[in-house]
Amino acid sequence: MKQRIDKKTVRHVARLSRISLSGKEVALYQKQLADILDYINQLNKADTTGTPPTSHPLESLKNVFREDRVRKSLPAEKALQNAPERKDDFFSVPKIIE
Amino acid sequence: MKNFEVVIGLEVHVHLLTQSKAFCGCSTKFGLPPNSATCPVCLGLPGVLPVLNEKAFLYAVKTALALNCQIQDVIKFDRKNYYYPDLPKNFQISQYEMPLAHNGYVDIEHSGREKKIRINRVHLEEDAGKLMHDEKRGLSYLDLNRTGIPLLEIVSEPDLRSAEETSTYLQNIKSILLYLKVSDCNMEEGSLRCDANISVRPKGENALGVKAELKNMNSFKAVRDALSYEGRRQIDLRKKGEKIAQETRLWDEAKAMTAPMRTKEETHDYRYFPEPDLAPFTIERVEIEKIKSALPELPQVKKKRFISKYKVSEYDANALTRDRAVSDFFEETIRIVDKPKEIVNWLLGDVAAILNERKIPIEKAPFKPAHLASILRLIQSEEITGKIAKEVLQGVFDTGSQPEAIVDKKGLKQIKDAGELSGIIEGVLTENKKSVEDYKKGKKNAITFMVGQVMKKTKGKANPQKVNEILRKKLGSQI
Ligand SMILES: [Zn+2]
Repeated sequence: MKQRIDKKTVRHVARLSRISLSGKEVALYQKQLADILDYINQLNKADTTGTPPTSHPLESLKNVFREDRVRKSLPAEKALQNAPERKDDFFSVPKIIE
Repeated sequence: MKNFEVVIGLEVHVHLLTQSKAFCGCSTKFGLPPNSATCPVCLGLPGVLPVLNEKAFLYAVKTALALNCQIQDVIKFDRKNYYYPDLPKNFQISQYEMPLAHNGYVDIEHSGREKKIRINRVHLEEDAGKLMHDEKRGLSYLDLNRTGIPLLEIVSEPDLRSAEETSTYLQNIKSILLYLKVSDCNMEEGSLRCDANISVRPKGENALGVKAELKNMNSFKAVRDALSYEGRRQIDLRKKGEKIAQETRLWDEAKAMTAPMRTKEETHDYRYFPEPDLAPFTIERVEIEKIKSALPELPQVKKKRFISKYKVSEYDANALTRDRAVSDFFEETIRIVDKPKEIVNWLLGDVAAILNERKIPIEKAPFKPAHLASILRLIQSEEITGKIAKEVLQGVFDTGSQPEAIVDKKGLKQIKDAGELSGIIEGVLTENKKSVEDYKKGKKNAITFMVGQVMKKTKGKANPQKVNEILRKKLGSQI
């Protein structure tokens, strides 16, 4: 079964990830995404009767907690060091209306 | 004309009262300098591993149980993907498919009727950062201290039928959270927030109308005002035969109206998927039973007990049990002096007024149950008058001293010795000849003035009944 993925879906996914694509790129990713989905779809052929669904690869691993204890945070200077723009100790970003 | 009813469902978000964040060790303290409580985990830097705060999980389980929910056998976290500047990882760790708990309810009492409000789900997630908008420059300033603070989301079914009912429901949720001590529920600091889904439909119809999502209600008053406004707005539209748009609307406190949020119309596509960095969680039935049996008596139950045990009115019981500390104060005082009625009057009257004025919660006040008990005893034994008792109360708040000591030190003891009062009254009579004349001419209320003069001379310490008695006798003998 060959997976189909249309250009509209590629554009939608790109938009959700805030990536702008040229027409050429849309065609390229259309093919690549279809290939990936094909590959993943091979899993659907596996017989899973009697296998409970799992959300994590390490089945025996559960209830991993940490104690509620405050640890040292980064100084603001460090936290902001990668910020393209800042205002005092705030990150400065374009205003998004919502 | 058809009658319409309003249908409301509420999503409550509440900060859990942990010291550190949900998945890292940064502090959750409010009001720290901007961006001083972040780390690679909550900043979403590559290669970090979130680890769940055990206390946040326990608080969430406690709350879900207090809300009569069923805790799920397997609990897992999911990534909710979206892009917004307050979300540094570009996803929020939340719960989608297998949330913490389902199917609960909260009892509310509204206009004398009891009603169950069903709770659809309770889940644990992390909060986002805080944006401050600079309208002039078209910029937003971002503080990520709040990012990653454990947030509990409590989603009700659309069982609420009015703004008032919704406010009562929210008040009950808040009381429960405060009783459990899992949140400070401070709406001003954003540790208790809510969004509402609201629609209208002709009475008797079962299908739900088109709903609006209402945001930006930052106080109980805002919740009531916004929902009554929005309900009226939708009903007016329907009566005119117009359609309701499915949209998100914001409450504008200043304009006292709701308005559609300006946003690109794109249906949300959060592409949830399991959070691979967090293994699933399970909690044994015995453990759940243990937590359940250790829950404190909750406000609704306590309220009913107060009404039947202490014969307080429903109104007073509500006021007493809204805050666990007040209800504890009430019962502790009763244990010392068994006068429920007087205690209620003081607690909800003068004591509440002083607390309000000084803006302190009762548990932080220097005034303790033993103090109130002493004041009541001093009144009962007629050592002080009711008026002086108020002064003593202020004194306890000011100094933290024992009421008896304040009475001694300030010489506030009631004067009831007939001889002593007689002397003072004689003085008043000679100084107020005109009033005495008036009284004799039949102006019987002149006596009130003279009682007042005696009180003034004794700074409120004279026993009013005795003063009245002696005055009447003296005036009578003068006739
Ligand atoms: Zn952190």
